[in-house]
Amino acid sequence: MRVKGQGLLLWAPLLAFVAFFALVAAGLFKPADTAVRSKLIGKALPALTLPPIVPGHPGLTGEERGPRLVNIFASWCVPCAAEVEELARLRARGVVIDGIAVRDTPAELSAFLARHGNPYRAIGSDAESRSMLALGSSGVPETFVVDAAGVIRYQHIGAIGPQDFEAILRAVEDARTI
Amino acid sequence: MIAEAGLAALWLAAALSLLQLVAGGLAVRGVDVASLVRPVAVAQGALAAFAFAALMLVFARTDLSVALVAANSHVDKPMVYKLAGTWGNHEGSMLLWIAVLAVSGAAVAAWERRLPERTMIATLAGQAAIALGFYAFLLIASNPFARLSPAAAEGRGLNPVLQDPGLAFHPPTLYIGYVGLSVAFSFAIGALVTREVGPAFARAMRPWVLGAWVFLTLGITAGSYWAYYELGWGGWWFWDPVENASLMPWLAATALLHSVSVLATRGALSAWTVMLSVVAFSMSMVGTFLVRSGILTSVHSFAVDPTRGAFILLLLSIYVGGALALFALRIGTVREGTLFQPISREGALVANNLLLSAILGIVLVGTLYPLGVEAIAGEKLSVGPPYFNAATGPLALLLVVIMAAGPLLRWRRDRIVALARKVALPAILLAGGLAATLLLAPGLRILPLLGLSIAFGVGVASLAPLWGRSLRRTPLFTWGMVVSHLGIAVALGGMASESAFSRETLVSAAVGETAEVGPYRIRFEGVTPASGRNWTAVEARLTAERGDDVLVLTPQARIFAAPPTETSEAAIATVLDGQLYTVLGKPGADGHWQLRLWWKPFVTLIWLGGGLIALGGLMSLIGRVRRERRPAIWAAFA
Amino acid sequence: MKAKHQRLTLAALAVFAVGGSAVLAMSGLKDQAAYFYAPEDAAGGRAPVGKASRLGGMVMPGSIQRSNDGVSIRFVVHDAAASVPVRFTGITPDLFREGSGVVAEGRFLADGSFLADNLLAKHDERYMPPSAAGPGKLTRTDTLR
Repeated sequence: MRVKGQGLLLWAPLLAFVAFFALVAAGLFKPADTAVRSKLIGKALPALTLPPIVPGHPGLTGEERGPRLVNIFASWCVPCAAEVEELARLRARGVVIDGIAVRDTPAELSAFLARHGNPYRAIGSDAESRSMLALGSSGVPETFVVDAAGVIRYQHIGAIGPQDFEAILRAVEDARTI
Repeated sequence: MIAEAGLAALWLAAALSLLQLVAGGLAVRGVDVASLVRPVAVAQGALAAFAFAALMLVFARTDLSVALVAANSHVDKPMVYKLAGTWGNHEGSMLLWIAVLAVSGAAVAAWERRLPERTMIATLAGQAAIALGFYAFLLIASNPFARLSPAAAEGRGLNPVLQDPGLAFHPPTLYIGYVGLSVAFSFAIGALVTREVGPAFARAMRPWVLGAWVFLTLGITAGSYWAYYELGWGGWWFWDPVENASLMPWLAATALLHSVSVLATRGALSAWTVMLSVVAFSMSMVGTFLVRSGILTSVHSFAVDPTRGAFILLLLSIYVGGALALFALRIGTVREGTLFQPISREGALVANNLLLSAILGIVLVGTLYPLGVEAIAGEKLSVGPPYFNAATGPLALLLVVIMAAGPLLRWRRDRIVALARKVALPAILLAGGLAATLLLAPGLRILPLLGLSIAFGVGVASLAPLWGRSLRRTPLFTWGMVVSHLGIAVALGGMASESAFSRETLVSAAVGETAEVGPYRIRFEGVTPASGRNWTAVEARLTAERGDDVLVLTPQARIFAAPPTETSEAAIATVLDGQLYTVLGKPGADGHWQLRLWWKPFVTLIWLGGGLIALGGLMSLIGRVRRERRPAIWAAFA
Repeated sequence: MKAKHQRLTLAALAVFAVGGSAVLAMSGLKDQAAYFYAPEDAAGGRAPVGKASRLGGMVMPGSIQRSNDGVSIRFVVHDAAASVPVRFTGITPDLFREGSGVVAEGRFLADGSFLADNLLAKHDERYMPPSAAGPGKLTRTDTLR
């Protein structure tokens, strides 16, 4: 025994669920925004002068040139240990990598590099995270792709995993061709 | 070996659930395969249980060649926590989910004989359909038995905060509750498909709903107490998305168990009962989705993975969307219930359902609001206790008042005058309580003030159904109702008291100094090192004096080894009229230590009340099953 | 008459109750939800005074000052563009340190400073945005494992 109007009410729950689904799907599939993005993408890399911290590697002088990665890391940072392997792979493909060691000590950093590998050209010591602020970086590890003109082209937040390798390589290739 | 056996069992169980679904679907249409369905369901349950046992065994032996064990356990952990590590992670807890799903389906298949066979077959087919989706999720996206090569050396360890007896057993309890509601969902599907929605359907479903609800109540109560003593902030409910994810199914299940009683005894509210059955388990699935998909992060979130989230969302849309569509299509053919007037017990139960649904809606909106705003406006915000308390508080208080009056109303039709006579005494006590509180403790905010008075009045009113009856001959399920309603009043009293009368003191104290909190004077005797199996700590010794009573409390600041974590272990002393809650903070440069001290009068009533609620439910369950078992036993043997 | 309408009435009541409560909830949320701001937003005058808010950024090295009562602190939260002084009374979370990320819950005061009721500190390893922050006790917000 159906009454007029009852039909519409009966479908209301399903419609409500569809609205919920749409909302949630939008939330799920929008690009993962899990960190504060640097506002410097497309802008010049700030000149960073950071003292050296381990023997055999110069610090950062602000005079570095050429398309490269600038990788913010630390010996106390667990995901950094995992990403060194990917950085080594990138280095094997000819990518130049400059490192910024955040709040680290020479002894621990040397031990870290000896244990996990050392893909870096220069390593600058940033005892107060100033470079992180200058770069708009919000955490460790973080990697920036910089082109020959010193412009930041790409930012990768978090550890570089095997699934990110291709994207970073492509970003470096793009950076080579200005 | 064990891991592979577990994985094989899981695949086999998945295959059986497919068979169960297909056979069930065909049987409902008249193909003669009905006799397959029940045995297959039982076998599926057994295999899923075996798979879960295999995972537990692998954890018990700390088999570090299994990736899950390596990531979540450690050779040095005490055995209890090694076992609890089985479900302290995403894959293991999903396996628990599906094991409970399959075993409850098996239980229904083995014992439920009160409904027409065709409806039962349709119900089991529904259960199999749900299971199939989750088996697929588990096997494809969350394999708990994946091997790690080479095997790990020690294991990463379980988060120390989880290494606690209360928390070790909280997930299984909750899961039995959440997933037990799937039985109600399947019953609703089965009844809609075969158009058998009626009192018999309600009577059959009722014990299953009660059972799941009891576990859910216990799980939530235990979780709240655990958060209270483990997290060290003195709070017992934070409106965290995962807490809300457990509360929402509970709200729906509470409405459902009342609605199912009406349908069983009076033949009314059939559409409500079916809808609530769908909503309750849907809320369980929504909760699982919210916690595991990463769209809402909270302190409880499992490993965040949007692809897993997408998978669950897909399952959700199939099951919930399908059920709601089936509802809309079929409910029109279900007979209208018997009539009742607004002032009647049915009317009170409708009000109960409406208020519970409204509270559920408020909690759901509050939980999803940050997501919506970020998706639409790109702004980040958070919704916390101020919103939830202000929005749900008044409705909850109104609900509790109706809870007191409802059982005193007659079915079908009653008069306000008759009701007024019955509630006169509790109402006077409520007003008296209100006046007394205003006099003795002026300056309370409105919600705690009302909460205290209502708790008092409703507590007395909940006993009213027993007045004038022979207590020995009152059915067990009536006792159950009384105990549960009393439990709600007790819990409300605890909540209001904690909110109104808690006292906090925060000091930086040197050894030998004293501080006051509530009626206690606390003396800081000193700090000493302490250690346990996988932790070291600094332990403070505090003596608390109140008149002639002296208590000793030893809060600690602990450091765990694997994974390296610092935690604070509060020291709590329970006395007759409340709890003294003490936390050790940071040392200052001058040898002073931070101490945070609370006096919380009657706070234990919150969890005592929760326990009473669950106990009442258990009493009702036993009472109903005993009354109805006799015919069923004969049927099972026939 | 009553028979035909009972179910319709109940259904209408249900939709009204749930829908109505959702609408009321949304309007309540406008006032009660705590928006997140970075120091840059505060400097730009975009942060409202007095309303429940969250402020997130890095703790400026050298800015933590403990007061004489031993339980209150002052410090400065900054990002690349601006900084905001913060006051807090209570036990700081374990990972609250200079140079580390923090989210403060509380409200902005008229003088541009922030009065915090609660502090949530983050591991630097994987900074999660403040909207993802839960109570700061478990400072790794991505896994419960």
